[in-house]
Order: sequence, then C-alpha cells, then structure tokens
Amino acid sequence: MHGLANPARFLRIARWLMPLCMGIGFAVAFGALGWGLFFGPAERLQGETVRIVYLHVPAAWLGMAGWMGIAAASFTELVWRHPLAGIAARACAVPGAVFTAVCLITGSLWGRPAWGTWWVWDGRLTSMLVLLFLYFGWMALSQASEAADGSQNRAPAIFGLVGAVNIPIIHYSVIWWNSQHQAPSISLGKSAMAGDFLWPLLLAMLGFTLLFAGCVLARMRAILANQQAEARLRRKALSEAW
Amino acid sequence: MREAMDPWIFVAAAYVVGIGATVTMAAWSLLSMRRAEKRRDDARKR
Repeated sequence: MHGLANPARFLRIARWLMPLCMGIGFAVAFGALGWGLFFGPAERLQGETVRIVYLHVPAAWLGMAGWMGIAAASFTELVWRHPLAGIAARACAVPGAVFTAVCLITGSLWGRPAWGTWWVWDGRLTSMLVLLFLYFGWMALSQASEAADGSQNRAPAIFGLVGAVNIPIIHYSVIWWNSQHQAPSISLGKSAMAGDFLWPLLLAMLGFTLLFAGCVLARMRAILANQQAEARLRRKALSEAW
Repeated sequence: MREAMDPWIFVAAAYVVGIGATVTMAAWSLLSMRRAEKRRDDARKR
C-alpha cells in the first residue's frame, strides 16, 4: 500500500494493469450480459424483465463501491497524506456517479412493468438518489478546492468520509423500512437466487468491477499526467522569467 | 388488473442505457488519459 503511493511505481503498474482490466472487464461483462439476455430463462413472476438484473445489480454495487473507494482514499489522504490518495478519490467520482445513474435509470425501467410505477419515494430508491447528489456535490467541491498546481485542500476528503454514512443506509434501507424494493437476494456465502440467474449475475458483477477498475486507473493516469505537465510548464515559465 | 406491457421494450431500453453509459465512460477515460499523457510528453519536449 505504502509502496504504491509512489507515483512512478504506480505508473509502472498502471501501464499494464489498466488495459488488462479494461480488456478482461469488457469481455466478461458483455459475455455475461449476452448469457443473461439470450440464454438465461425468464422468471416465473417477473417474466422477461428479470433480465434487467444483470445491469441493475452491478451498477448498484459499483455506485456504492465508488463512494467506498472515495471514503477509503479520503481516509488514507487525511491520515497518511499519500500523494496518490486524493487522485484516486477524484478518479473514482465520475465512474461511481455514472453507475449510480445507471442503477437509478435501469431500476426505474424495471419498476414500471414490475411495480406499475417508475418511481416510489421509499428508503432504497431515495437513499440511492441521495448518493447521486453526493457524487455531484463531491465533484463540485473537489473542482472548487483545486489549487493552480493541481493540489487540493482537505475539504473533499472530509466530505468523502462524512458521505460514507449513506452506504449502510442504502444497504439496510430494505430491512429497516417497509419498501417496494425487494430484500437482498445475495449475501456473503448464501443466495436466494437460482443458479440460472446467479451465475451470469456474478460474472456481470466481476466484469463490470474490472471495467470500473480500468476506468479509475485510466483517470488516475490522466490526472497525474496533467499535474506533471502543469508542473513542467510552470518550472519552465519560472526559469524563463529569471 | 395488470396492464399489458411488452417487457422487451423495458429490457432493451435498460440495456441501451447501461451499455451506452459504460462504453461512453470507458472511451472518455481512455481519451482523456491519452490526451493528458500527450500533453505531458509535449511539455517535456519543449
């Protein structure tokens, strides 16, 4: 962990890890989606609309994982001042927000035929919408607190940690409150889903997680390269001024 | 009474949104990385 905080070492690893994550992620995610869409069975009560699960559940998992990534990076930044921690948090924000939005939209598209409504203000849906707004707020704060040299103050890191309180609320919302949304079907070590649905779903989750990691690594490389270009141009301008 | 709806319209819309957003985000991440690394390399050459 501490070794990876060195930007040069990180770049050496990210150069081969990023395309690997993207390539395998695309193959596994789209293979699983094809499996679920074309070869998986329809569900007894929900019929064909159950196929939305192969997109909706990975998107929900990655929407929450993105914020957990921001919170972990924020903690690392505040405690150990790792130079890459703030960059990792910034790189997690856009993919996390995109998957949260995909989760909300696919959930709404699933809700209309399954529940007869596009949206209900229950605990699960509302806390997920709050997560999307938290992402927007975090991105705005992160951009506003960025100094000219690309460094940041600690406000986004504190916001990242405070916002993490929403993650257990999302997870337990269907247990704590009456909800239109179903209770968790998968937990560690056990599943209420039949294997016909479970295996393509687990594969889709693995594939989208690798894709998410590939996007985060690519965005970290972009932020680092921009900072290095800025630093070089600033040094050059200073040396020319003298 | 349940409304008669074609479920495939909802499934197709969900897949278009999900796949479209994922591919766009991956392409955007890769392009911004390429652009930033080119900018850094150009700055080094100057």
